Order: sequence, then C-alpha cells, then structure tokens
Amino acid sequence: MPITYTSGDQVEVYRFNWLITLGVPATALFLQAWLPHQFPAFAMLDLPLLVTIFFAISRRNPISGLLTGGAIGVFQDALTGLPIGLNGIAKTLVGYAASSLGVKIDVENAGARLLVTLVFCVTHKVVYFMVARGMVNLTMNWSWPHELWSALINAVVGVFMFYALDRFKQRT
Amino acid sequence: MESVLGRYKNLIVLACVLVVQVLGLAVQVKRTTDTKTSRLIRIWAVDMVTPFEKVLHWVHSGTGNLWHNYFYLRGVRAENRELKAEIERLRLEQVRLNEDAAQARRLQALLAFKEQSISQTLPAQVIGSGGSEQSRILYIDKGQKDGLKTDMAVITVDGIVGKVLKTFSSTSQVLLIDDQSSGVGAILEKSRLQGIVRGTPAGEVVLEHIMTDNSVQPGEQVRTSGGDSIFPKGLPIGTVTKVGGGQDLFLNIRVRPAANLSKLEEVLIVTKLVEQEPTQLQTGTVRAADILAERLPSVPDKPPADASKPKQETPTNEAVKPPAPVPGKPSGSAAPPRADVTPNPRSDSIVPVPPKSAAAAPSALKPATSHGTVPAPVNVAEPVQGTTPKVRPASPKSTAEPPPQNGPQ
Repeated sequence: MPITYTSGDQVEVYRFNWLITLGVPATALFLQAWLPHQFPAFAMLDLPLLVTIFFAISRRNPISGLLTGGAIGVFQDALTGLPIGLNGIAKTLVGYAASSLGVKIDVENAGARLLVTLVFCVTHKVVYFMVARGMVNLTMNWSWPHELWSALINAVVGVFMFYALDRFKQRT
Repeated sequence: MESVLGRYKNLIVLACVLVVQVLGLAVQVKRTTDTKTSRLIRIWAVDMVTPFEKVLHWVHSGTGNLWHNYFYLRGVRAENRELKAEIERLRLEQVRLNEDAAQARRLQALLAFKEQSISQTLPAQVIGSGGSEQSRILYIDKGQKDGLKTDMAVITVDGIVGKVLKTFSSTSQVLLIDDQSSGVGAILEKSRLQGIVRGTPAGEVVLEHIMTDNSVQPGEQVRTSGGDSIFPKGLPIGTVTKVGGGQDLFLNIRVRPAANLSKLEEVLIVTKLVEQEPTQLQTGTVRAADILAERLPSVPDKPPADASKPKQETPTNEAVKPPAPVPGKPSGSAAPPRADVTPNPRSDSIVPVPPKSAAAAPSALKPATSHGTVPAPVNVAEPVQGTTPKVRPASPKSTAEPPPQNGPQ
C-alpha cells in the first residue's frame, strides 16, 4: 500500500548501491553530452536534473540531496563552455527542495512525480536564468511557452526514468 | 548553540555550498579572459565522458560504414556517372577561375598586399557536444597531443564552424559560431561591408555593426574578413536570410551558416596559416580545348625511339600551346570559347606558335590517320598562392615528346 502521510517517520527512505550512486549520474552526464550531437532535439532534455530529483526524493535527506545536485551540476557545467557553477547552484537548490519535499509528502505515484518534476524543472530554469543573468551577465532569452514545454517533456521522460531507476532502490 | 546548529543544519550546509559556488562563479567571471588554462574539474569531467563518446562514435560510424560501404550500394553506379560528369564540368570551370585568380594575384602583388593562406589542416571527428542549449560547443577527437592549440580555426568544406576553445590531452572543445560568446570578422561578398558575425542565445547567427543606411539584400554571401586573426580571409560563413531594422542605427541581419552546425561529423582544424605577399606568377594557361581534348580518343604515343633524337629547346617556360584547330576548319579559327577561357592579358607571357599543320594540334583533336603528335609543353596556372609555378603538362604525352617542329628554333 503506498504511503501518503506527511509524517517523516512513516515515509520510506531508500539508499542506493555506491555503483548506482556514481554510475547513474555519470551515465546521465554522458548521455546529456552525447545524445544532442546525434539528435539535436535531445538538447531540450536535462537528464542530470532528472537524476538529481530522483535521488533527492528517494533519499529524502536534504544534505544528501543538495550535495548530489551540486556535484552533478558542477560536472555538467564542466562539460559546457560556460562558467562552472550555473548548473551547480540551480541543482543544489533543486536537490535541497526536492528532498525536503520528499520528507513531507509521498511522491511514489506517477501523477505526483509528473507534477513534482514539472515544478522542479521550471524552478531549475528560473534559478539558472537568474544566476546567469545576474552573476555572469549571460544573455538569455526567457520564453514561457518554450520553458513550460521543455519542463513538460522532461517531466514525462522523468516519470518513465524514475520507474526504471526504482529497481535499484534499497530499503534502509 | 548546538541545538541551533542541529536545528538549522540543513540550511547551514545549503548556505555553505551555495556560497562556495557563488564565490567560484565570481572568480571565473573576473578571469573571463583566461581561456588558456582549463580547470581541473573540467579536465576530470571531459576525461570521464569523452572516452565513452569515442567508443560510441567508433561503433556508430563503424556500423554505418559497414552498411553503406558494403551492403547498401543502391544507386552508386548512377551517382558515379554523375560525379564524373561533375568533375569534367568543374575542370572546365577551374580553367577559367585559375585565370581570374592569376589576375587577382598579379594585382595584389602590384599593391603589395599581404595575405593569409591555409597551409596545414588536421582532420578531426566530432564525438560529442556540451549538452546544453545555452552553450553551443562540440568535442573533437584531437587534442594537445596532436598539436592543437586554443583559437585555431575549425572549418569544413562548406564553411567555417568555430574555433578551438580549450584543449585537453586527446580531445578539444570547439566553440561554434552560433554560440553567443563567439565572434567572427565578416565581410559581405558583394557590398564589401564589414561587420561581426555573432551567435544569439536562441542559437541563430547574426551579422552586426552594419549601419542602417547600407543596403544589404537577402541571399548575399557572407565571408570571413580576416580581421579576427583566427580565420583567414575569404572563407564562407553563410548567406544572409533576413534583413531588418535593428537597434542603435544598425541593421539586424540574420545569417544562415554555410556549414550545417547541427550535423557535423568531420571537421578540419587549421593548424598553420602562412602570411605572405603574393608573388607575381609567371603562369601560362591551359585551355578548355585541352581539357576537352583529354576526353577524346587519342593516337597512341610515339615509340620511345623518338626520344633518342636530339631534343629541341622549348621556346620559353611561358610557352603555351598554339590555338587548337578544330578539325575541318582553318587552324587559325580554333580559338576556344570565350566563356571557358579568359586569355592571359599579359602578352609577354604567351609565345604564340602558329600551327602550320595538323601536327601542331592536340593529338586528340587530330584525325586518327595523322602520324606523330608533337604538342608543345603546356604550363598550367597553379592556384597555389605565392609558390613557384609548377610546370604541369596537360597530358602525359606533352612532356615525353619533343616540341613542335614549327616552333621557334
């Protein structure tokens, strides 16, 4: 029976094998760099963000979530030509927020996951935009239709990806 | 105090991590001009990802090659025929262009222009991308070990691609021209207006710094101006697609890149540029008739016994073939079509050898019954700039056989 309480004591907390902990983010980073070259439309996806959200809501530990998000974001920045820290800051915040939310509510069903991922994708874009404009003086165009469409696609992909990654969960 | 730390532990850690990253960003923004060095984290990330990209690219291209080169050969024969016809057409066109190029070099030499030319390139394969909509970069499979350095130009046969942004041991980052941080000195081909080609956040390419009182038409070609000291002058950048009024008295000109930046597989890195003054080449011409003659059936070469005969001196290095007579017409009326060949305006570079008989005509244009072909040596205008003109015969026969008997002696 799925747990739907908001009590932190009753929601299930998962941990992951170290191989999965390192391998899944590394694979996401690799695919993020490789897929857009083969299929340019894939640049709209943000696989490292989806992995950050998944680990955050599964572990339900804010510190673990923000550190995972920060590390993934920094490595993602390192692969781009942009300053390191843009994705790092955005994913740190998303990791913290997602794990904090995971403590409060249950996000095990598809509907909740879709909604949560959609919200966090938009949040990530907003934070990224603000940091890029405010700190790096990077010129970026903000288009709500594009960002919402992109967030929706990421959320749909995220739902399927989360189900695939659920196999690697281990109960604490 | 401990209870406060314990209560706000999560927030404190979050604040610390954010502060560290913000400080890191601030440091990078301050050192934004420092592109020579790579941060350790970038090296780790690239070293972590690129080996897998190389393997996948190898598997992908290997499978594709196997399919396309050994199994899926439908239409190859027809394509081969078309390509051969295209080669013939291009060879004729090359003759005319060589003349134009030679004339341009002479004029440049007169004006003592210095020019840059590509003297060495290195082919590389594209193995990955930056994976971000905001940063348009590519990864190639050549790096410091192959002699790559930052700011080297990256091109394809269609047009320019970008420049080397960072180099690692066996891979390099290439900044594409549609990235918003890139800039290329550009010149419009017809109007000769100069500006800067930049990328936009949306991934488009625009030509900036062209005043609104200038007239720019869609369809005009944009080429490199050489002003950025990265790309040599004259390489294609793209085509103007849209012209509109912009801000601050400048036109808003959209450019479609000549190279397909989203489908790049192989690129060339310009590893060496030569700056030199063009020399005034003493070039002769090869005519369209000679090109056509090579395609026609020819009389076999003379037996080698002819080589034992004392050779007669060739008139000069600038000697060119006499005008080729058309069979059935007087030899003097056999000038090639004007559209194919522009006669060399330098009359001193041509030593006319009026043919008296069919023996002076190119062998391929002679009747099959004629004996002995004695074409004069032909100098081909070499397109290489500033080099000693090579003497290349139009056909192998012309070097093995003595000069025409009716030439200057």
